[in-house]
Amino acid sequence: MSSPNSAYPDIPEATKPKRHEWPLWEVFIRGQHGMSHRHVGSLHAPDAEMAVKNARDVYTRRNEGVSIWVVEARHIAASSPSDKGPLYEPSESKVYRHPTFFDIPDEVGAM
Amino acid sequence: MYAQMIKSEASREDPEKLAAFQARIDAGDKIEPKDWMPLGYRKTLIRQIGQHAHSEIVGQLPEGNWITRAPTLERKAILLAKVQDEAGHGLYLYCAAETLGVTRDELTEMLLDGRMKYSSIFNYPTLTWADMGAVGWLVDGAAIMNQVPLQRTSFGPYSRAMIRICKEESFHQRQGYDIMMKMAAGTPAQKKMAQDALNRFWYPSLMMFGPSDKESVHSEQSMAWKIKMNTNDELRQKFVDQTVPQAHYLGLTVPDEHLKLDEETGHYAFSQPDWSEFFDVLKGNGPCNRERLAARNKAWDDGKWVRDGLLAHADKKAARKVAAE
Ligand SMILES: [Fe+2]
Ligand SMILES: [Fe+2]
Repeated sequence: MSSPNSAYPDIPEATKPKRHEWPLWEVFIRGQHGMSHRHVGSLHAPDAEMAVKNARDVYTRRNEGVSIWVVEARHIAASSPSDKGPLYEPSESKVYRHPTFFDIPDEVGAM
Repeated sequence: MYAQMIKSEASREDPEKLAAFQARIDAGDKIEPKDWMPLGYRKTLIRQIGQHAHSEIVGQLPEGNWITRAPTLERKAILLAKVQDEAGHGLYLYCAAETLGVTRDELTEMLLDGRMKYSSIFNYPTLTWADMGAVGWLVDGAAIMNQVPLQRTSFGPYSRAMIRICKEESFHQRQGYDIMMKMAAGTPAQKKMAQDALNRFWYPSLMMFGPSDKESVHSEQSMAWKIKMNTNDELRQKFVDQTVPQAHYLGLTVPDEHLKLDEETGHYAFSQPDWSEFFDVLKGNGPCNRERLAARNKAWDDGKWVRDGLLAHADKKAARKVAAE
């Protein structure tokens, strides 16, 4: 993800080990009664097929899921944490989007 | 020295950013990988999570030692599942550490060449089957004591890894205690074996909480950052209070002649482990340090052709797919 240099400024570049790493995959699992896939963690695997197999071993040892999705981490686009304000602020002022905004008399019945 | 280094690095950081960061932690916010964080926070976490991951991985060795010699097929299957869980714990934690910008290979290299440590408990040998009981009961028990509060740690990925791990740990402790119950209720020779295992693992388990915080240099900052939730002494006391009655239930004797329940406080007074032994094991002079590191190095070297082969296969498949398109 971010540069390892930021974490290890005190290790000279030359002594850093050569990279031979398998790519990183994010794992999503839908449980037995789950409505949708949920992110459960990540793992390394050489390809998608092995990523699914590894996800089975690492994340479903106790029947946690009936369906596994894997996606290479570099393909995920994410919102940035500093956008938190501007990104979500527009919905904060729109209270009428919630049903409780409207007072409906009890006589009307369930609505 | 490490604390000093962190301090001098921290002093170069924007005080406003530092204050805002601390305020987020104080408010109970989770810090996520892309958020700004002080360099010291990042480095301390890489070290702590990395060491924790290494401990899970190296921790497989003393128990793996007994898989082929478990007394029954059921015990063997249980032990295998337990050891497999520990591999999983290592993987969850490595992934959490990687979100801080260190790579898996770097972490592995630092374990293999001794730059990073793992828990000193795994440098003790497992000599008899009763040791499988003592390890599950005491070593996993002490690990749980450490890990439960860390579920609330400030760093999101670490906290989530701890939540997964804690869910799986109670099986580990219970299977260990189950072995101890069987042994303690068995023949005189079996009971003796159980007592011997307790004798050998008691003090090393107490060491797992680390030296008294009075001597620890980074405790205070780590507590403020919520990457350490309790003092070592608090957790050790809690462990003793919980474990001594469990030993009594087994009819075994805790190897501490000064052990005494204070009726007023409800806490046990107990003897400290030999801290010079602890530091000696940490330095690499425990009974199994060399063997453990050699086993990890061998596994890494022996696995190279598998890692390389799978990568070559994946590359070839990807190239073929591109050619076909
Ligand atoms: Fe574990
Ligand atoms: Fe465990």
